Amino acid sequence: MQDMEKFQLKPKSRFREYLGEKIIMVSAFTALIGVLLIFVFIFKEAVPIFTDPEIQEEASLDKMVFKQQYYEGRDPKFSWQPNSEVPKYSLFPLFIGTIKAAMVAMLFAVPLGIGAAIYSSEFASRRVREIIKPVIELLAAIPSVVLGFFALIILATFLQNVLGLTFRLNTLNAGIALGLAAIPIIFTVAEDAMTSVPQSLREASTALGANAWQVSFMTVFPAALPGISAGVVLGFGRAVGETMIVLMASGNAAIISTSIFDSGRTFSATIAAELGEVVFGSAHYSVLFFLGTLLFVFTFAINLGGDMVLVRLKQKLQGKT
Amino acid sequence: MTASEKRNGTPVYKLVVRDIDFYYGANKVLHGISMDIEKNRVTALIGPSGCGKSTFLRTLNRMNEIIPDTRMTGVVTLDGKDIYRDFNDPSTIRTRIGMVFQKSNPFPKSIFDNIAYGLKVNGIKDKAIIRTVVEDSLKRAFLWDEVKDILDHNAYMLSGGQQQRLCIARALAIRPEVILMDEPASALDPLSTSKIEDLIGELKKNYTIVIVTHNMQQAARISDYTAFFYEGVMVEFGPTKELFTKPDRKKTEDYITGRFG
Amino acid sequence: MKTVQNNNTVSAVSLSGPLEFKPKTSGTIPRGLTFLAVAIIVTMLLIILGNIFLGGIGTINWEFLTHPPENGMEAGGIFPAIFGTVALVILMVIAVVPFGVLTAIYLHEFTRPSSKITRIIRVAINNLAGVPSIVFGLFGLGFFIGFVGGGLDSIFYDNEGPVWGQPAIIWASLTLALLTLPVVIISTEEALRTIPRELKEASYALGGTRLQTIGRVIIPQALPGILTGAILAVSRGAGEVAPIMFTGAAYYLPYLPGKLNDQFMELGYHIYVMATQSPDVEATKPILYGTVLVLLVLTFILNFVAIYIRSSMRKKRATV
Ligand SMILES: Nc1ncnc2c1ncn2[C@@H]1O[C@H](COP(=O)(O)OP(=O)(O)OP(=O)(O)O)[C@@H](O)[C@H]1O
Ligand SMILES: [Mg+2]
Repeated sequence: MQDMEKFQLKPKSRFREYLGEKIIMVSAFTALIGVLLIFVFIFKEAVPIFTDPEIQEEASLDKMVFKQQYYEGRDPKFSWQPNSEVPKYSLFPLFIGTIKAAMVAMLFAVPLGIGAAIYSSEFASRRVREIIKPVIELLAAIPSVVLGFFALIILATFLQNVLGLTFRLNTLNAGIALGLAAIPIIFTVAEDAMTSVPQSLREASTALGANAWQVSFMTVFPAALPGISAGVVLGFGRAVGETMIVLMASGNAAIISTSIFDSGRTFSATIAAELGEVVFGSAHYSVLFFLGTLLFVFTFAINLGGDMVLVRLKQKLQGKT
Repeated sequence: MTASEKRNGTPVYKLVVRDIDFYYGANKVLHGISMDIEKNRVTALIGPSGCGKSTFLRTLNRMNEIIPDTRMTGVVTLDGKDIYRDFNDPSTIRTRIGMVFQKSNPFPKSIFDNIAYGLKVNGIKDKAIIRTVVEDSLKRAFLWDEVKDILDHNAYMLSGGQQQRLCIARALAIRPEVILMDEPASALDPLSTSKIEDLIGELKKNYTIVIVTHNMQQAARISDYTAFFYEGVMVEFGPTKELFTKPDRKKTEDYITGRFG
Repeated sequence: MKTVQNNNTVSAVSLSGPLEFKPKTSGTIPRGLTFLAVAIIVTMLLIILGNIFLGGIGTINWEFLTHPPENGMEAGGIFPAIFGTVALVILMVIAVVPFGVLTAIYLHEFTRPSSKITRIIRVAINNLAGVPSIVFGLFGLGFFIGFVGGGLDSIFYDNEGPVWGQPAIIWASLTLALLTLPVVIISTEEALRTIPRELKEASYALGGTRLQTIGRVIIPQALPGILTGAILAVSRGAGEVAPIMFTGAAYYLPYLPGKLNDQFMELGYHIYVMATQSPDVEATKPILYGTVLVLLVLTFILNFVAIYIRSSMRKKRATV
């Protein structure tokens, strides 16, 4: 076939070539444009909070951040009740709920994710590793609505019976399910960081009389630590942004309580629960998009930071030894 | 022909190697290697790439055991004790037989912590001892004057030659009796190379050294004995002077005169 | 050789001769603890899967898969949700694959890895992958429905009631396409890396242009990777609920979506609504379990196929 072409030697279409390359080039910017559009279009709907006096009447930055006196003669307080007669938009209860759930998730996921990563990269035989990794991928493949379902229907009942809890749906319940969603991220990033520690460092350590486990814990683990921390941070980002699990399993009460046995309402669940009934263009609508903006900015920062750490770690481990 | 026949007096053999066969999977790469390695001398291993020098070197401190799917038969003794059968924990052997690698491989830690590492993994926690040994080891590697003010800097800041001397100092810190070196200067510039060579000359007063090198002049300059390997077989072994001036085997002669390899 | 001055414990160590080393612990504890972590994860996974399987298997039969819900979700099947999910992911794949593949090709064939543009695009891809799914939902609502759909309505329909500016399957699938874009890019890139340079050079040496080389050598060679990416994207997209809640999914529809601006039922959303808003949870439980099992089986089959293609691709590379 190539012979044939040689004999025909048709002049190639410059224009087609040019057009094709341009199309590829433009397509390549989809992700970048996508990220920018996400930010612009979410923030755009939140802008009235800063500019529209009518909306500020109900929900200004002040009102979202500081204690407010809603009724005369009562103490000022933090409260999220957008649908009450006097709409209240304090973000503080949501902040507590979000952090609480993410912390529980981390307490659960960090030891398990890192522990499993260490076992897989340091102790497991190649065959066992070939089993562990797909199993964790399987966990990652479970849709979050299924994890939410599991927490809501099964885990909640189990925890309530075992711990004798007052509330069936609570932060502990949601946090464990969130942890299951964060484990694969932590595991994957941490395992990758440890396996990319060069063999030469392991050999150096072995040659100095270190045992297998000392090599792992005194050489590989410290060298991979920036990557492992990045995994934890990325897992935290996932836990903060995850929606369906907390929406289904946390009880969604916007209360101010530090107890993990109480219910909690997160930023993401608030958006999911309230956006369906909100009046287009209302203060409530803008506030929900503002919550979305906060989530976006937060996860953006976390991903950017985590990414930079990982890139630099790889360069260091590869370039310098 | 063994080394002992060529020397007068009664030499002391630090390491005695008998009939080593070595396999990577089903691939046999060492065939019946036997060798007596004299105490406080430098023994050089030469031979073309892939002939098994590194593999052989690593059988001397059980480093090959961390490579999965490998097998070895034969005996290596250190001061008469079988390093494979008389020691349960291979790490014990590695504290007595140290190793320096071709590419310098400092840990991503401070200079001080690099040297202290071997002490810490071997259970020495006393800060004063560690400090003394770190200084002593750096002095033995002639690195002290260059780094004494920057001990807390990351080891990656050092030049390639300094990093390699740091690795030597690190190996010295656990007070080994034997030091195995796998082409320690091959990645270095001439000046750093000559520093390492001087260092080896100094070290042999206290240590037994086995060194792999691709550089024939280097072997001739620094070693007392030389072994020539070819395709997994030890073709010839003897005092360096004799091996380089009147080799017994045609193969050896071809190799050292640069006819192949 | 000088010893360290002003230190009174120096005499504890001699400067020659061996040091006193302590015997080492065997490392059973760290090994055991980390193994425990693996064991806990695997056990949790088995509990989840076992529970769903046992709870759902009894419900699944031909009826269930091919009939619409009846009696307020307490009876009947989930056919509309299956249909809607499949339609949704097909539209999504059609949208995401070309962009994902072309992005990967651009990153791999048109620029150096160190160039600024590549780095910026990469940062964008990684960040896109980390944006919470609910934020995609907000975006779909604000951009696709409000801006694009609303724009179309005001230009072509004179705002006589929303035609495009309302939740619809097209907007949901486009939202998911953006969400799964990183999956396709990363998978395609992995495949591109396996193509030997000689192959490309051979094409250029025979006078092939860049576009011809891409069309006739690179894309065919990367096909398994592209396929893997598409499958993983489908598996991810089929399970996401938050992005489609406000952009097109409906709790119940008496008809199947037939136009791009129809709403649709979807498995994940169906699960969410049944689990949280059903007036009689016990009555819907069998159907709920059955739906979860269907979604899970669908996701897992897709993932197994993707893992299989990818591992055979890696094996092929190892032998090249
Ligand atoms: N980890 C390994 N797995 C499988 N085979 C190996 C491994 N390391 C070395 N070999 C093989 O064993 C043989 C001897 O290798 P070795 O590294 O000992 O040679 P060498 O003489 O040190 O070579 P060089 O001078 O290039 O360092 C070679 O054929 C090599 O391919
Ligand atoms: Mg070698």
